[in-house]
Amino acid sequence: MIALSFETVVITCAIGLLIIGALGLVLSSNLFRMLLALVVAEAGVNLLLVLAGYRGGAAAPILGVQDAAMPMVDPIPQVLVLTAIVIGVGVQALAVSVLLKIHQTYGTLDIRVLREHLELDIARTAGITPAGSREEPAGGRPLPPPIPATVSASTKAPTKAPIKALAKESAEPSLSSKESAQ
Amino acid sequence: MRNLASLLFAAGLAFLLLVIASELGFGDPALLIGGDILAQAPDEVGATNIVTAVLLGYRGIDTLGELSILFAAATAAGLVLVGGRGAKTPKVDPPGGFILRTGADLLFPLLLVVGLYIIVHGHLTPGGGFQGGVILAAAFFVLVLARPGADGSGGMNHTAIAFIEGLAGAGFIALGLWSLWDKGNFLQPMLGQGVFGTLLSAGTLPLLSMAVGLKVGAELAGLMTQLAEQPADAADCSDPNPANPKDKADNQTEATHR
Amino acid sequence: MQADLVTWIALLVVIVVLVSAVLVLTLENLIGAVAVSGVVSLGVAVLFVLLHAPDVAMTEAAVGAGLSGVVLALGLRRLGLWRLESSPEVTEHDLSARPSASVRGEDRNA
Repeated sequence: MIALSFETVVITCAIGLLIIGALGLVLSSNLFRMLLALVVAEAGVNLLLVLAGYRGGAAAPILGVQDAAMPMVDPIPQVLVLTAIVIGVGVQALAVSVLLKIHQTYGTLDIRVLREHLELDIARTAGITPAGSREEPAGGRPLPPPIPATVSASTKAPTKAPIKALAKESAEPSLSSKESAQ
Repeated sequence: MRNLASLLFAAGLAFLLLVIASELGFGDPALLIGGDILAQAPDEVGATNIVTAVLLGYRGIDTLGELSILFAAATAAGLVLVGGRGAKTPKVDPPGGFILRTGADLLFPLLLVVGLYIIVHGHLTPGGGFQGGVILAAAFFVLVLARPGADGSGGMNHTAIAFIEGLAGAGFIALGLWSLWDKGNFLQPMLGQGVFGTLLSAGTLPLLSMAVGLKVGAELAGLMTQLAEQPADAADCSDPNPANPKDKADNQTEATHR
Repeated sequence: MQADLVTWIALLVVIVVLVSAVLVLTLENLIGAVAVSGVVSLGVAVLFVLLHAPDVAMTEAAVGAGLSGVVLALGLRRLGLWRLESSPEVTEHDLSARPSASVRGEDRNA
């Protein structure tokens, strides 16, 4: 049986929070849930840092509340964690603003749908046909199954056209350029 | 496949952290620097709260770096958000209910006093600029939540907020430059140590705490008001024909289920 | 398992924190996930007090449970992923049925 000391309990909590946050960051498909997983991981990291300075049987680093001979915990990790917590909330506010902008532009927060939109946008800005175009696959292979209509149709109407129209629009210049080249 | 890779990553991370936990002597730190600071801080800086003494006295430049990171984040968020306003008439929140309005009116002076107390006594008791600044920001934002007003800003003047924030940040740097001119070290505590344990001790530390607290409070209040001023989404409460909440919940379930 | 009172209190708080952290990732309702992340921050603030770090505990409680939760909830409101309970039709219907409905949601007489 593992000895149930105070440090063991708190180190388990810190490592557990960090693992749960990391798993949430990797496994979630909604951008907002990724942000929440990041919040949980930050709490775990701050706990781990403050625990590194803990001395068993000591007191808080404030003078005047205990007799002068009592040892005190290490103040340096507490200073660093103070800074880290405040910076963390600043970064969360910035992340929420960027999420709002993404939602206003694309209408969804699902990373799978956003990845398609982003690839098409980048290809359109560069002026090339997008790789893996769903209207004109290379080599005359059969068309891949279309993106399920529930995912893109059930989000609110985005300000940009849905994926099929974008692919059609970028495939048409290639068709017309092929005709003019012949 | 993606799940398997994620589980392997989590297992590797757990193994790494457990090895660190077993090697590091938790509960008995080496205290290489901390011990010296615990011994010397009361005499050198004159503050009772050793954490604030380190934050503003020994490592003042790290606090300046933190203030600039907060400033950059708040400015970037403001730049990102400003595009959403003004395009169409924003549908803002209705005013808060009776409990929220009365509670905000009662809480505002209390939060103001508690925040200022925590800022000013940062070098004596647990507290300091950041904690008090956050409480000040909450004090001003509760009023915005209770009475959003016609444009969602609740009467908060963004120009005045920016002015206070800039003035406080410039005050912090001006105190550091004064130390540089007077004693040759940037942000060295000046004005002697004073009587140990009273309000007027620890030199310029209360002034630095005040600058930090005002800057952080103004910044966070302005940032939250900017977030609150964004136009509400079409499927929000102010829509007279709201979409069926069932399919919104179904989308969420579909999107987040693996 | 001889352990003193502080360790038992810490064990209780740690169990609450870990269960809440798992709930953050599995709750479908996003505003519920934001509320539970506030619970995680508050639990970690209690652990900071037990670790003799009062400054850090005050900052974590004010920032994590207060400011961070408000910022995330405001973002959710503007994303349209969280709606108030009473839409205008429901309030009018309830006003005629029950007199206590005027303190919920929108205060029409304000």
